[in-house]
Amino acid sequence: MNKETVPLICNITNPGRVGITLPDVDVPVTSVADGLPKGAVRESLPLPELSELDVTRHFMHLAARQYSVDANFYPLGSCTMKFNPRVNEFVASLPGFAAIHPMQPEETVQGALALMYELQQYLAEIAGMDDCTLQPVAGAHGEFTGIILIKAYHESRGDSARTIILAPDSAHGTNPATAARAGYKVKTIKSNEKGMVDVESLKGMLGPDIAGLMLTNPNTLGLFDENVVEICRLVHEAGGLVYCDGANMNAIMGQTRPGDLGFDVMHFNLHKTFSTPHGGGGPGSGPVACKSMLAPFLPIPVIVKDGDTYKLKSDLPGTIGRMHSFYGNFLVDVRAYVYLRTLGAEGVKEVSENAVLNANYIRARLKDVYDIPFNEHCMHEFVASGKVFKKRGVHALDIAKRLLDMGFHAPTVYFPLIVDEAIMVEPTETESKETMDSFIDAMIKINQESIDDPEYLHHAPHNTPISRVDEVGAAKRPNLKCVIGE
Amino acid sequence: MTNMSSSLKRNKLSYIPTTDGDLAEMLAAIGISDTSELFKIIPEDYRLDKPLNLPSGLAEQDVVSLCVGMAARNKNLHELTCFLGAGAYDHYVPAIVDTMLSRGEFLTAYTPYQPEVAQGILQSIYEYQSLICALTQMDISNASLYDGGTAVGEAAIMSTSITGRSKVVVSRAVHPNYRQVLSTYTAGLDINIVEAPFKDGLTDISALISMLDDTVASVIVQYPNFFGCVEDLGAISEAAHAVGAKLIVSVDPVSLGLLTPPGAYGADIVVGEGQPLGVHTGFGGPYLGIFACRQEYVWKVPGRIVGATTDSEGRPCYCLTLQTREQHIRREKATSNICSNQALIALAATIYLSSLGKNGLKQVADLCFQKSHYAKERICNKAGFSSPWNAPFFKEFVVKCDKPIDEINKKLIDNNIIGGLDLGKFYPELENHMLLCTTEKRRKEQIDLLVELL
Repeated sequence: MNKETVPLICNITNPGRVGITLPDVDVPVTSVADGLPKGAVRESLPLPELSELDVTRHFMHLAARQYSVDANFYPLGSCTMKFNPRVNEFVASLPGFAAIHPMQPEETVQGALALMYELQQYLAEIAGMDDCTLQPVAGAHGEFTGIILIKAYHESRGDSARTIILAPDSAHGTNPATAARAGYKVKTIKSNEKGMVDVESLKGMLGPDIAGLMLTNPNTLGLFDENVVEICRLVHEAGGLVYCDGANMNAIMGQTRPGDLGFDVMHFNLHKTFSTPHGGGGPGSGPVACKSMLAPFLPIPVIVKDGDTYKLKSDLPGTIGRMHSFYGNFLVDVRAYVYLRTLGAEGVKEVSENAVLNANYIRARLKDVYDIPFNEHCMHEFVASGKVFKKRGVHALDIAKRLLDMGFHAPTVYFPLIVDEAIMVEPTETESKETMDSFIDAMIKINQESIDDPEYLHHAPHNTPISRVDEVGAAKRPNLKCVIGE
Repeated sequence: MTNMSSSLKRNKLSYIPTTDGDLAEMLAAIGISDTSELFKIIPEDYRLDKPLNLPSGLAEQDVVSLCVGMAARNKNLHELTCFLGAGAYDHYVPAIVDTMLSRGEFLTAYTPYQPEVAQGILQSIYEYQSLICALTQMDISNASLYDGGTAVGEAAIMSTSITGRSKVVVSRAVHPNYRQVLSTYTAGLDINIVEAPFKDGLTDISALISMLDDTVASVIVQYPNFFGCVEDLGAISEAAHAVGAKLIVSVDPVSLGLLTPPGAYGADIVVGEGQPLGVHTGFGGPYLGIFACRQEYVWKVPGRIVGATTDSEGRPCYCLTLQTREQHIRREKATSNICSNQALIALAATIYLSSLGKNGLKQVADLCFQKSHYAKERICNKAGFSSPWNAPFFKEFVVKCDKPIDEINKKLIDNNIIGGLDLGKFYPELENHMLLCTTEKRRKEQIDLLVELL
């Protein structure tokens, strides 16, 4: 990795440089001053001036200070950092997909509409549900869509007393944040000693004020809740609906379907389960599948098929409205479509089988070295607790940082909140046994280091371009931009 | 249902490297004889005993062939001349943008939660934030939101949190789709959205003033507005601030190469759609939600923010900061439920702005301005076409036609031209009005051909 500090783009500017050649004006010139009101013409524009090579070198130097799935193993629990196939990139860059305008005449975008329609069908099938929208552009966005679908459903039935959404204490932070955004109060259900929803607790909380339950299954500990069917039934009996946070679909795709288990609505994370790249933090895509009773409320426009022709329809009286300026992250959806056409029905099942196999392999090899609280078979991820290291004065954070030295990205740490010093590992199905063995060896080595030389771990990482960062200082004295000329 | 037997087919999928040999060792380590044992936790009645109803998988060359065929059923913007804008713009995307975005280090990186191995992404986001602040003349920018529409929604919610007031006034001259997203975003909250009228292509300032009082959290306008007209931000700012309401401006970032930025007029929050900055039209996404605001509101900002700091050796570096605003820490008390941003798209905008730079962006903006003014004048000189108003405009403009827009556009598309937006479909009072756009890509001969065919 590049250990040299890369100067900021603001600081490498050199007046007079241009990064791209533009054409001259080819129309008779109108005076800008005459065409715009007084004071509306900008006086100064403090952007950098760089040549194309300056720009190229700058971003190449930055790229060299960055881990990525392409180069490094990312065993990040709940993120499903699988390989991002390049055939997906090739198709998404075709001008027939990349260079089309969202509002050009429908007869000129039939290929795009067909792709979206087919992808919606595939996702609905994987979900075990009836309908699907591709409009949400991220998991949290999908959650919000799903929860307001539930709200619209209750409202359409005049059931306005339902003001509460339930979520387990192990839920991802987006779950309660989403429910609050939708105007619901959030109540937390405790997990039992097995890390699953405490069914008796749940029974005590169900009533006519419950709109629904948000559940991740397998849950954020990587465990399939054996009571999930009963949980869904109980919520339905109380008049509520059940939302499935589909972040962990990589474990059960093709093995079972959330709709069959009793879930009414769910979101997918295409950037997790369906191999679309993370891009450093986005763009993702969070399609929502739902059962037919929620279909009247889907965001507009929906895609309808009329014979062989696809059309966009906005005339849906019950719609919750729009979630996005257009149709969602279409070019991300294209990548997921290519992936599903590559996998096919058989491949979908191979993905989940191997994802679960891989996680269990790492768990089995580490269980004698690390404390794994829920130590039966896991699904596609497992959580270890670093609490035994606390006695040696070493924390999950130190273990995470030391792994960076060895070429691995750290696993997820400190989530879920219900496990002390949580370390959550999810290898995914795209990793080889050799890579997993190197990771296992590294974890074993770190365990030994925690006994022999804990101080070394406190100051890890040692081999990366920078050492641990003063995050407290960053928040106390926020410095959020550079300025040209300063 | 019958018990599933292991159905692993070795070495068929290039994405799954596990061989028979690997499998045997792994099963032994776990202490099971078959992978099906790992799925016994799923109640038997719910374990699928047959494949999903999906098409069979295809070899890579066959997937490509299939998808190339699907793409060919679309007519793209190299084949069609685009005079349609309305929130998605046919600007030129410099080749360096796609080159850098396809670098695996950026494309396949995760969110930069471990700064020691993510300085590439973190610094590029810090630079993005810096360039957005320079462009909008605002104090702080976040790392981006999903798109222009959701950015308006987030800004409106933030304004109610800042002021403690619950009414938001949005101009009808703001993009209809953005107003719909705003409505969806705020429906579950105690927020009342009211619309201010437009007159002669601009927000009607006297009508707006009559709607403003101390119950109003913010006024939202677009700059240039949906009709392409340049709003009088000075007057709107004064009106909003006179009652203690915040001014939210949704911008076209390319226009800020030419126009005085909203920060100079005292805007409190600037949002917008970053797609014009080196992002393909892509049938509507992924796009880029710009979000910038005054320093004093930093703790209320939604989404990720990157800050500069030092490491334990004193080296300058960057990290995600002010995270206690966010969902992973504050959960239901977070400033938003947003988790991801549009990192790779923000990188596109950063590379675009770095490449065009100070002079290039001004030049692109000027080209847009020149071509739109030329086009409008030529069209309005034709019989049957007129200008509905005299408001100043940037790259989009409205013409009134003597025939239905559908009919005009049908003729244009038969000649491989995408005509303007039929405004009558969004504004009943604008029947037979067309919203046209000329970016820097529209050559004189293309404009002349459009005029000829109208």
